[in-house]
Amino acid sequence: MAISEATRGELAELAARYPRPRSAVLPMLHLVQSVEGEVTTDGIHACAEILGITPAEVTAVSTFYTMYKRKPVGTHHIGVCINTMCGLLGGDAVYAALQERLGAGHDQPTADGMFWLERIECQAACTHAPVMTVDWEFMDDVTPASAIDVIDRLERGEVVQSTRGPAIRSFAATERSLAFPDDGLADEGSSVDDKMLAGLRVARERGQAAPAIPSGQEG
Amino acid sequence: MPLTPVITEHWDAPDLYTIDGYRRFGGYRALQAALQQDPDAIIGTVKDSGLRGRGGAGFPTGMKWGFVPQNDGKAHYLVVNADESEPGACKDIPIMMANPHALVEGVIITSYAIRASHAFIYIRGEVPNAVRKVANAVRQAREAGLIGSNILGSGFDLEVVVHAGAGAYICGEETALLDSLEGYRGQPRLKPPFPAVAGLYASPTVINNVETIANIPYIIDRGVDWFRQFGTEKSPGFKVFAVSGHVNRPGIYEAPLGITMAELLDCAGGMRDGRPVKFWLPGGSSVPMLTAEHLDLPLTYEDMAAAGTMLGTGTPMLFDDTVSVVKAVTRWLEFYKHESCGKCTPCREGTYWITGMLERFEHGTGEPEMLETITSACLQIGGRSFCALGDAAATPYPAAMKFFRDEFIAATSTPVDETFDPVASYVFAGAAAR
Repeated sequence: MAISEATRGELAELAARYPRPRSAVLPMLHLVQSVEGEVTTDGIHACAEILGITPAEVTAVSTFYTMYKRKPVGTHHIGVCINTMCGLLGGDAVYAALQERLGAGHDQPTADGMFWLERIECQAACTHAPVMTVDWEFMDDVTPASAIDVIDRLERGEVVQSTRGPAIRSFAATERSLAFPDDGLADEGSSVDDKMLAGLRVARERGQAAPAIPSGQEG
Repeated sequence: MPLTPVITEHWDAPDLYTIDGYRRFGGYRALQAALQQDPDAIIGTVKDSGLRGRGGAGFPTGMKWGFVPQNDGKAHYLVVNADESEPGACKDIPIMMANPHALVEGVIITSYAIRASHAFIYIRGEVPNAVRKVANAVRQAREAGLIGSNILGSGFDLEVVVHAGAGAYICGEETALLDSLEGYRGQPRLKPPFPAVAGLYASPTVINNVETIANIPYIIDRGVDWFRQFGTEKSPGFKVFAVSGHVNRPGIYEAPLGITMAELLDCAGGMRDGRPVKFWLPGGSSVPMLTAEHLDLPLTYEDMAAAGTMLGTGTPMLFDDTVSVVKAVTRWLEFYKHESCGKCTPCREGTYWITGMLERFEHGTGEPEMLETITSACLQIGGRSFCALGDAAATPYPAAMKFFRDEFIAATSTPVDETFDPVASYVFAGAAAR
């Protein structure tokens, strides 16, 4: 659909954030996805007009990056890491279970348009394998059963808390956060869990610490 | 060797991610000290510290900064590579979520040292919670007068932009990252010129990894002598190790470089069910795998190189004997095939054909002569592409063949899932595994 004047204003605001406006293409396309649910032709044209480049140039960028979709993603994006660590530690089973539960294949929406399922590559959370993402927020250490439970709760409209981050919102809301990352949610949910504290706890149990800070500099 | 939490020391303080929490533990003290020094003195300190880049290559950080021509009248840029996407690497994202101000303070000090008035933090888009935590920290620092104009009365001006990527492993390659940050497809550039001379917008640019930059405040605050108490002559300092796989307590363990894998494994509670380590990788899928006989080697840049591998990202992945090495390698090649940007023919075509052949082995239909064909294809990719992704793609298979040739032979007649029950390698069991 047509890009609103308000959105055009925000796209221009993103372009003004950089010494050279074209640097804003990625965040601008995230913003397009947040209002359009996908990277639409209208969105591409709006970006091109604001940046003074051709729609073909914007399109070329958009097709390079896997987070940009050319079909409506729906309410929630569901990712399952199937790279070696997550996949072999159980991500393959999680993906298979979700595929069956959702009736969707890789990089496809569900029939009702509520979910989009994707086999994703390493999510930088191998310590928390197998990892699933909902609207790109972490759902760590999942099992087939817990992953399906997440889907059930989202379908029922219940609050689903990310394991390291805020409560799940929507694909569109996350895409907006990627364009404007100071989204006011930094204080929501804990981002530090037992696995991130594993070494610190072992060090304390064993009475281990870094060498003392040189004298006169203690805070 | 003991664990030595530094960057991770206060991660259990619930407000460490805020500026008040960070300051309570001495945060931004280093910045105050740095702004009273000549920028060249800071570059000298970092050179003397011997800090090596924590993104994988281990290049000396101070030397990299020294390559930026000074007093050249050009704009300089600092770009933080926060595109952590290497399979197995999961330490920068935790640093950004738990201790983002260490990164931000490091960004400000580094920008001052290299005389940059604009810094960019390029964070992979698939991790919005890291993006927002860093963006929150940048805003708090700006509100406190630590970013902006005339920082702490020093006359130093700095703008910091938090930039989210959009899903492309290749953008962790520094020149691809620059193209991406300029608004193009993320494809690597031919070097030279190196970014220190012609980087972002063809201007002198320093690109450093998150963990590298997060080291800077501690080095400036506590000094070179303190820093060099950790690690070895060639690998000084501490490392945020992320230990994953079939260990009892996967997680983040910060220790001096030079700790052995066996010592780290002990901290991580050993292997699950007392099973043996079958193979492990010191730092990402792009470094050659090792086996149980290498567990006592010190985790340093030099010791890993001597063993025929690399420290890489310093994020060991350990697999037990339930795992098919054929399946593991195939999955990694599928990844490189997916992530090859397509610019260089050997990488684009080579990853495609190798993956196709490996998938036949996974299904038990590989042909014995294909083993040599894959070896040959790896030799055709390595060193024949613009960037290290090609080299990385050519790494897992030869390393696996060195130790597990028999498994590939077996996969000429038997599907790997028949030899290795996939369920046995899952970390959940029973009803959860369905």
